[in-house]
Amino acid sequence: MAGEDETKRVLQTIQADGADEGCVTFVLHDEDHTLGNALRYMVMKNVDVEFCGYSITHPSESKINFRIQTRGGVPATEPLRKGLKDLSEVCQHVLNTFQARVDEFKAGKEQAME
Amino acid sequence: MAATMSNVEEIRNRVILGEFDVKNVHTTDFPGNYPGYDDTWHVQKFYKTFRIDLVDLDEDRLEFDMQGVDAAVANAFRRILLAEVPTMAVEKVFIYNNTSIIQDEVLAHRLGLIPIKADPRLFEYRNAGEESGEDEGSEIDTIKLQLKIKCVKNPRATKDSSDPRELYQNHVVYSWDMKWVPIGNQADVFADADIGPVNGDILIAKLRPGQELDIVMHCVKGIGKDHAKFSPVATASYRLLPQITLLERVEGEKAERLKRCFSRGVIDLEDIDGKKVAKVVNSRLDSCSREVLRHDDLKNLVKLGRVRDHFIFTVESTGVLPPDVLFTEAIKVLMAKCQRFLNELDSTDRKCQNQTMK
Repeated sequence: MAGEDETKRVLQTIQADGADEGCVTFVLHDEDHTLGNALRYMVMKNVDVEFCGYSITHPSESKINFRIQTRGGVPATEPLRKGLKDLSEVCQHVLNTFQARVDEFKAGKEQAME
Repeated sequence: MAATMSNVEEIRNRVILGEFDVKNVHTTDFPGNYPGYDDTWHVQKFYKTFRIDLVDLDEDRLEFDMQGVDAAVANAFRRILLAEVPTMAVEKVFIYNNTSIIQDEVLAHRLGLIPIKADPRLFEYRNAGEESGEDEGSEIDTIKLQLKIKCVKNPRATKDSSDPRELYQNHVVYSWDMKWVPIGNQADVFADADIGPVNGDILIAKLRPGQELDIVMHCVKGIGKDHAKFSPVATASYRLLPQITLLERVEGEKAERLKRCFSRGVIDLEDIDGKKVAKVVNSRLDSCSREVLRHDDLKNLVKLGRVRDHFIFTVESTGVLPPDVLFTEAIKVLMAKCQRFLNELDSTDRKCQNQTMK
């Protein structure tokens, strides 16, 4: 899987090893440690993943090299997809919990003022 | 006294503050690292261990505790709050007349840094192209502000006064002098929202009689990554909950000295059998100065550390949006990032399928 329209692409894949789909380097454009580190943590929590790391190739370019190596012949896009989904789920749960707490806090404050 | 944790538990859950270094900084609880522990990601386990406790919330400041996430995710929220939550700020400054002693570019720079009270979620980003010819912004992406002020001599001032407040009129230009000029249907849409600078008492320039300013400003939507003026927080930061463990019973004069090594309210002296014994009352108040490690007779009595997954967040808003709204926007930005790449993965999958089907 190679990136076609290089100028607008945000996600490219580079495969150095021949047929092994389990070792892939993804290039994520317009991203930095914000998504890189969080995504790395979620992907590392996956049992199928043997290696996961990211690096910022040059500080002047806003792109990261995100490498995933899997064990057991699992294609590398699977842990990436699962990591993104899990991170999204975490965000959703944090959002819901935070909203609930804020509403509770505000309600408690109003009651205290009455 | 407090029980010491087993070694493994300590490496997994605590950051140790030593005399010369900080140990156990990195997260190590990944599947396969610890035999006997199942560290695979399970959503239900996360739902059970995750909690948020609001400590303080008012119109500028939010303080809350978040437990059960990893530092990578907490840091992502902090970084997004600083640099990727959009706001409106002055971008283009059209200076028709500036006879003050403040240079044009310095004045434009100062105007850009003034926080503008407008909900950025109701506006769109301006298109990157056609910058040069574009003089008029449209109503959906631009806010127009005007600053027109002239300093004159006060005819009613007494002969021998030297107070500039008496001698001159309009000699100080504050941000409340910036007036909103509605474009298009903004007058109806934002009728009740008073669009303008968040704080009116920001000093912009000082004038003397004969000097005037005639400036039109266009505000656009942007993010802190582009320019710090677009950052919606005064600052957003987090710290980890400190943990102080007393390894032995400390009493008497040593207890007094121990109490002074920490921030006020952290250690209290209890009266047990007539002796004063030190006890950790509230480790949250500690600023972790590690002062106790500077005293040879006290440093082996205490173990200083931080709880790895307990974050005490402080978000200070500049006033554009309330701080709790800012945090929810930051979470939504992170979700949008994930969604973007998920869509990208799905579209490449579909392309590959179409190609193989051909």
